[in-house]
Amino acid sequence: MLAKRIIPCLDIKDGQTVKGVNFVGLRSAGDPIELGKAYSDQGADELVYLDITASHEGRKTFTELVGRIAREINIPFTVGGGINELSDVDRLLNAGADKVSINSAAIRRPELINEIASHFGSQVCVVAIDAKQTLQGWRCFLNGGRLETERDLFQWAKEANDRGAGEILFTSMDHDGVKEGFANEALATLASTLSIPVIASGGAGRMEHFRDAFIKGHADAALAASVFHFGEIGIKELKDYLRKEGICVR
Amino acid sequence: MEVAIVKYNAGNICSVMNALERCGVTPILTDDFEVLKRADRVIFPGQGQANTTMTYLREHHLDTLIKDLRQPVLGICIGMQLMCRHSEEADTDCLNIFDVDVKRFQPTNREDKVPQMGWNTITDTKSELFKGFDKPEFVYYVHSFYVPTCNNTIATTDYVQPYSAALHKDNFYAVQFHPEKSGSVGERIIRNFLDK
Repeated sequence: MLAKRIIPCLDIKDGQTVKGVNFVGLRSAGDPIELGKAYSDQGADELVYLDITASHEGRKTFTELVGRIAREINIPFTVGGGINELSDVDRLLNAGADKVSINSAAIRRPELINEIASHFGSQVCVVAIDAKQTLQGWRCFLNGGRLETERDLFQWAKEANDRGAGEILFTSMDHDGVKEGFANEALATLASTLSIPVIASGGAGRMEHFRDAFIKGHADAALAASVFHFGEIGIKELKDYLRKEGICVR
Repeated sequence: MEVAIVKYNAGNICSVMNALERCGVTPILTDDFEVLKRADRVIFPGQGQANTTMTYLREHHLDTLIKDLRQPVLGICIGMQLMCRHSEEADTDCLNIFDVDVKRFQPTNREDKVPQMGWNTITDTKSELFKGFDKPEFVYYVHSFYVPTCNNTIATTDYVQPYSAALHKDNFYAVQFHPEKSGSVGERIIRNFLDK
């Protein structure tokens, strides 16, 4: 049986791991490779590294880091942040990333999804969506949650699916950093309308939250950062718990 | 030990090179016939589309070269599928090392997504490739097409239906999953292939 995946997410700035709480206020959480290895040893199924540096110099540092991660880590990893065109994807895959995560660039120019899928295969293309509930329903946001768009979460996710995305990484901005659970209703809607895997993100605080994302939200994977970085939840303990709850994990 | 990796137009080759380095071997990535024939082990990895990769192999005469290799050869993912007779992916005739046809997953259940992406178990392992395995182990998969179980099946995985996780015939071995991304379990499989 295909296992539900647990994915720690590492935000990278200037070669170091940081984590934003509700997208502002950063606290340092260590060396990206050491942390990645530690997670892999504890049983993480994949890793996500997000480059939150904007400068050209920062991009270069991040690409070098991707090469080091690929040499040292023996589980799959996704990289994201600042991917705007096919050449960015090419550069990061060449450095050894298994998948790339695109967000704002895909909303600005949806054809990028088709291009990535046809050049490198759907399996490398993770479309990340930051969304929030508004009076008009779930709306997608750009630029790390700073800019609201007219796009509806469910319509956009379906379009990304149809254009050749390999996975949808959905972050609920309402739940992110609050630690009161994932957006399970929205997740369940995504799971029932998409033909590709859905990664739940935003809201993990306790182990039950992961169980609910898998059972109520029908997510294929769950992603979290600070609960892992600050040792509030151990991945091994989390998996033991999920196994006891009848969920297939590695 | 000299380990050669077949250089062709498939993606994701560097992760196999990195995995071999972690196992203490420095592989040679090459399409040079003499180097490939002379190597102690040959690995035929990659991700890609059946028709474009098969066309490339034919144009570069790597198709007959691979079939004629005598040392242990390990196909990975698309490498395994290309070693079969035919693939449903773009109706492609393949190398016909394994007498079996590659099919596309046809899920009947909403929970089964295509591609299968993630960790699944290998069971019924019967090969020195899985030496030291005493329980079903999880390995990492990313694929939309699969090889049905057949006489050459040496491990099975269940997704939509049971299918071949690995194949073996004479000096040819093949795995559908990615040992290079399957943590310590994958490294054990690579070591078993190098040691056998």
